[in-house]
Amino acid sequence: MDDWISLLGSHLPEFFQGFKITIRITLVGLGIGAALGLPAAVLRVYGGKWIRTIALAYIELFRGTPILAQLFLVYYGLPDMGIILPRMGAAYLALGLNSGAYQAEYFRGAIQAIGGGQMMAARSIGMSRIKAIRHIILPQALRLVIPPWSNEPISLMKASAVVYLIAVPDLMTKGKQLIAQYYYSPIVVYLIVAVFYLVLVLSLTWILNRVRTRLEIPGLDVETR
Amino acid sequence: MLTTIIIYILRGFVVTLSVTAISLTVGLTLGLLFATFYVYGGKILTRLMAIYSVIFRGVPPIVLLFLLYFIMAKNIDLSPFWAGSLALGVISSSYQMEILRGAILSVERGQMIAARSIGMTRLDAIRYIILPQALRIAIPPWSNEAAILLKDSSLVLVIGVPEMLRRAQHVSARTYQPLLVYSIAALIYFLMTYSVNRFLDVVERKTSIPSL
Amino acid sequence: MAETIVRVEDLHKVYGETEVLKGISFDVKEKDNVVVIGPSGTGKSTLLRCINLLTKADSGKIWLDDQDITDPEVNEDEVRQHIGMVFQDFLLFNHLTALKNVEIGLTKVLGKTEGEAREKALHELERVGLGDKADLYPGQLSGGQKQRVAIARSLAMNPRVMLFDEPTSALDPELIGEVLEVMKKLALEGMTMIVVTHEIGFAKEVSDRIIFMEGGVIVEEGPPAELFYSPKHERTSEFLWKITELYGEHDKNG
Repeated sequence: MDDWISLLGSHLPEFFQGFKITIRITLVGLGIGAALGLPAAVLRVYGGKWIRTIALAYIELFRGTPILAQLFLVYYGLPDMGIILPRMGAAYLALGLNSGAYQAEYFRGAIQAIGGGQMMAARSIGMSRIKAIRHIILPQALRLVIPPWSNEPISLMKASAVVYLIAVPDLMTKGKQLIAQYYYSPIVVYLIVAVFYLVLVLSLTWILNRVRTRLEIPGLDVETR
Repeated sequence: MLTTIIIYILRGFVVTLSVTAISLTVGLTLGLLFATFYVYGGKILTRLMAIYSVIFRGVPPIVLLFLLYFIMAKNIDLSPFWAGSLALGVISSSYQMEILRGAILSVERGQMIAARSIGMTRLDAIRYIILPQALRIAIPPWSNEAAILLKDSSLVLVIGVPEMLRRAQHVSARTYQPLLVYSIAALIYFLMTYSVNRFLDVVERKTSIPSL
Repeated sequence: MAETIVRVEDLHKVYGETEVLKGISFDVKEKDNVVVIGPSGTGKSTLLRCINLLTKADSGKIWLDDQDITDPEVNEDEVRQHIGMVFQDFLLFNHLTALKNVEIGLTKVLGKTEGEAREKALHELERVGLGDKADLYPGQLSGGQKQRVAIARSLAMNPRVMLFDEPTSALDPELIGEVLEVMKKLALEGMTMIVVTHEIGFAKEVSDRIIFMEGGVIVEEGPPAELFYSPKHERTSEFLWKITELYGEHDKNG
């Protein structure tokens, strides 16, 4: 127990620095993921044959491979193509690409749950396909996607812990540094790291639940299920 | 050159498969036990299982992997391969527990009453009526978990287990061709998860109850 | 002599193995109220969807006013603005209030300002008797109210012709009357309408002409009195007899 207190007492600022980096890479990754995932889903459903295949390939490849392999590809592999990213940049991009594929599947599910009828009704009053997607399909899909999508911030945050392998100074890296520099017991350090993550996950869960109830439309669930 | 790289990485194939298979089995055994505790255990067991679920599913697998690895290292003498596989299995058990719990609860209601009404004991009902149905329902989410574990097995490279991605790291350091090497590794993983998914699709179809 | 609004000429449509439409031809004049009846699966809905270009016909031509709308050069979105369509399952936009459902075509398709659109939309809602429900979401409306909003949504576009695809089939019996009432009012106001329905009472009382379709062809067409009391074909009288038994005549007495 003394270990814990002295460790936390003298190194709390370091943990908090790592904590902030973890939150930041999660948020940026989530943003990049949404920017990639939403178009990927729309193209996957409404695109022509080739575009649909490309969207499908992106989604399946990134969902079907370990995030570690994706991280190594971005950080060590991209320089072979002349794209050299700093550690943080590589972390953002790898997490964003990975999350985009998962988010695309959430968006696709919601778009398909809206059904063809809404598209037909929109077309029947003279809307073009693009306008129908923008004004009729997406506004509904984006609300419908919230419950399944709200798992993504949490899974991405958990996945983000692997970025310590390219020495991004996140929570995990801070813990590793403390073990290496001061010979603290790894068990105690990792327990503290675990508690930080748990707090983050529980607060995220709480926030996302509030958002979910805030955005409900009267009767919408009844209509679409 | 290319074939050398592929062969070098593929020598980790068996390790990756073994880690996945061991952790999946450990996770299923513990998960099934814990799920039954969760649903049928008394108040205390249910509470304990709920806490277990929140903690193990709330902390990143890689943090838990290190934690369990060091705890094991302190108490028993295990190779990194076994320590890593067991740790992944324990982590997976929390996810598999939730999958199975959901499946049990979805058949529980009417079926338990019906089983008891023909004179079965609670245990018999669980064994012969509830679980056979619950396990079928659990196949799709469970196969998803199998694919996740296959990908997560790469995490054990951090404790030095020579699985595929670890070997890719080696060969990349030697050949200075990280893009090529990691692309090959990723592709092999993709083909594996893809086959797992297709294989389990078939299993799902074979085990399905007609028009259920 | 009234102007021809819709002309359908030798329309064919095949789905997979089955030929759903086997050469359909008819005209609809301005202010005509045409009711299409026939057993289910005889291509009545397909016919309406072809007219609204929601489904592409395999061959044959359709004119709206003097424009051949089956011409591949034609701008389909522009054509659909002039053809209203009411669906069996309403298909209201679930994320929008009743008012916004009616407004959205005006703002996003016709490019009207919010103010203009709002005024027009409120007017159309009042026309279907739902001025007081403007701010409710579809999930908060009854089936009959939903269908009336759907009618208002189409009306707002000032269509040349309105197509109704079994507008009361998905409704509970006690809600059918209010929708038929609105349709009757539209007919009296001179709206050109093509209505696919099983409501024999409505057909008898409101329509100018009935088209009896079976097996992808028009078996017989004529004014209601002629079809009901002296049909030329055996099949027509059999069908009319059966459907009167089945569906009764809802709005006969109110």
